[in-house]
Amino acid sequence: MPEPTSPRGGRAGRGGGPGRARLLLRAVALGYLAALLVLPVGLVLWRTFAGGLGPVLSSLADHSVLHAFQITAIVAVAAVVLNTFFGLGVALLLARHRFAGKRALNALIDLPVAVSPVVVGLALILVYGRFAPVGSWLEGLGFQVIFSLPGMIIATVFVSLPLVVREVQPVLVEIGIDQEQAAWTLGAGRFTTFRRITLPAIRWALAYGVVLTLARAMGEFGAVAVVSGRLVDKTQTVTLLVEERFQNFDQVTAYATSCVMAVIAILTMIAINVLRPTSLAEKESA
Amino acid sequence: MGIRAHNVCKSFGSFVALDNVSVDIPSGSLTALLGPSGGGKSTLLRVIAGLEVPDHGRIEIAGEDATALSPQSRGVGFVFQHYAAFKHLSVFRNVAFGLEIRKRPKDEIAKRVRELLELVHLDQFADRLPSQLSGGQRQRMALARALAVEPRVMLLDEPFGALDAKVRKELREWLRRLHDEVHVTTVFVTHDQEEAMEVADEIVVINNGLVEQVGRPDQLYDRPANDFVMGFLGPVTRIGGQMVRPHDIEVLRTPEDGSLRATVTRIVRLGFEVRVDLSIDGEDAWAQVTRAQASSDNLAEGETVWVRPIRPTGHPLHAVG
Repeated sequence: MPEPTSPRGGRAGRGGGPGRARLLLRAVALGYLAALLVLPVGLVLWRTFAGGLGPVLSSLADHSVLHAFQITAIVAVAAVVLNTFFGLGVALLLARHRFAGKRALNALIDLPVAVSPVVVGLALILVYGRFAPVGSWLEGLGFQVIFSLPGMIIATVFVSLPLVVREVQPVLVEIGIDQEQAAWTLGAGRFTTFRRITLPAIRWALAYGVVLTLARAMGEFGAVAVVSGRLVDKTQTVTLLVEERFQNFDQVTAYATSCVMAVIAILTMIAINVLRPTSLAEKESA
Repeated sequence: MGIRAHNVCKSFGSFVALDNVSVDIPSGSLTALLGPSGGGKSTLLRVIAGLEVPDHGRIEIAGEDATALSPQSRGVGFVFQHYAAFKHLSVFRNVAFGLEIRKRPKDEIAKRVRELLELVHLDQFADRLPSQLSGGQRQRMALARALAVEPRVMLLDEPFGALDAKVRKELREWLRRLHDEVHVTTVFVTHDQEEAMEVADEIVVINNGLVEQVGRPDQLYDRPANDFVMGFLGPVTRIGGQMVRPHDIEVLRTPEDGSLRATVTRIVRLGFEVRVDLSIDGEDAWAQVTRAQASSDNLAEGETVWVRPIRPTGHPLHAVG
C-alpha cells in the first residue's frame, strides 16, 4: 500500500506548539495547493455559474453533451471491469507464484505510467488501424477497433493498467499464504478459498484500486483523442467534448461539463478517503 | 496406519531440503520432528500435508497412498507457527470454517464448535476477532479449527515458536494432555530439544535433509546414534577423545582405573548443580556435579583431580568397554 497521505498526516505536529518554520512551511504548502488546485477549480465553478443556473442546465441538456457522458461512462466502466479482473489475476500471479519471466511482467505492468498516452494511442493505431495487419484482419471480420468504442476501451485499459495491480499486490504479499493454506487443509478448494479468505483480506485495497482506475479512466484524454477520431455524437467522450467546445468558443458548455467532471472527481476523492482510513485502521488493529 | 514417508526427496533450486527420507509414524502417537532450522523438518511436515509436492517418494496416511492427493482431501489438520487465523472471521466462524465447507447442518456445526471451544478453553471468546486474542489463545483457536474436521492426522509446524517462554511451557503441557484425550496421530515440528523430550512419545531427529535417528526421548538421550544427535539432545563435553554428558563424569580426588588427570580451571555454582571447568592435557572440558559433592570433595580452582565417564554412552563410534 502506498504511504498514507490521508488527512491523518496533518496531526503530526501536535507535540509542542508549531514553530515559525513550521508555520511558514504550512503557508507555503497551502499557498502552493491554492495556486495550482483550489484557484483553477474554483474559477471553473465561478465561471460556470457566472451567467446563472439556466444556461448551465440547458447546455448540459444538449444532445451531444449527454451522448459524451454516455460514451465516457461506457468506456470507463468497461475499463474498470477489465482492469479489475486483470489486476486481480496479475496481482495473484505476482504475489503467489514463481515462474520464468516474472520480473519482466512486474516491470511491464508499470510501463503504461511511463509512456505518454498520446504514444499509446499512436501505437494502438499501428496495431489495430485499418491499414495494419491485425486491424485489417479484424475489419475483414466486421470488427472496427480504431475510431470506435473497442479502441477507446483498449486505450483506457492500457493507461489505467497498473492501478489495481499495484494496490492489491503488496497487500497479498503482506498477508502471506498461511491463511489460504490453512483453508486448503480444512477442505476449501482454490475458488472457495479465494472468495472466503483472500478476497475479504484484500477488499479495501481492491476497492481503492477500482476507484483510482475509475477516476483515471474518466479523465483520460490523450490516448482516447488519438484512437477515437473525435467523431462528435459517435466517439466523443466528455474530455474530448470539453476541448472541442472550448476551441469553438462555446465556453458555457465547456465550463458546465468541466464542472460536472470536477464534482465527480471530488466525489471519487471523498470515496477514496472514506476507504483509505478504514483499510489503515484495519491494518493497525490486526 | 499412521503416517509413512518413503524415500522422500525435495529440493528448492540447488538446496536439498529432504534427501531420501523414510519415516514411520505410528498411529495414535505424538511424534516430534526435531532438528536445527533449515534441516528439512518443516518441509517434511508440509510434504505430508500436501502443501509441498515431493520431487520423489511416497506418502501414506492411514495406510492409503496420499502422494497424489490434494491438501483438501488428505484429512490432515495443519497448525501454523504464526496461527494463520482468518482475521476477518470471529473465533466461532474460524473454528466452524471446515464444517461450513463440508456443508454440515447449522445446529450440528454450532454444537461441535461449542464443544471444541470448551476443549481449548475459549468458550467465552466465541464472538471475538482473532486480533482480540493473545498469541496463546490464537494458537489454541487454530488447534480447535484443525480438530473440527476430525482429521486423520494433526500436523503442527513449530506451533509454539512465536510464543513467549511461559506461554510456550503451558501450551506444551496442554498439548500433551489434549493428545491424551483426543488420541489423534499428531506430528509437531520443533527445534527445541527440551520441548520435544517433554511432549513427544517419539522423536525423529532430522538434520541436513536426513533422518539422523528415531526413538523414544530417553533412547535418544542415552543411546544417541551419532555425535550430532548426542550434541543436539543435551549438553556434551569431551574427555580423552570421547563425547560424554557432563553429568556422567565422575570427579575423583585420587587416580583410579580409566581416569584422566585434570586441572580445575573454574567452579560455577548454578543453584543445585555445580559446573566444574576442567583442563585435561590442555583440552577444555567440563563436568556437572551436585553441590553436595562439590563441597564434600572440597573442589577448588587450580587443584588437580581425576575424571572418568560413569557409564558408556552406547555411542557406537566411541563405545566405552
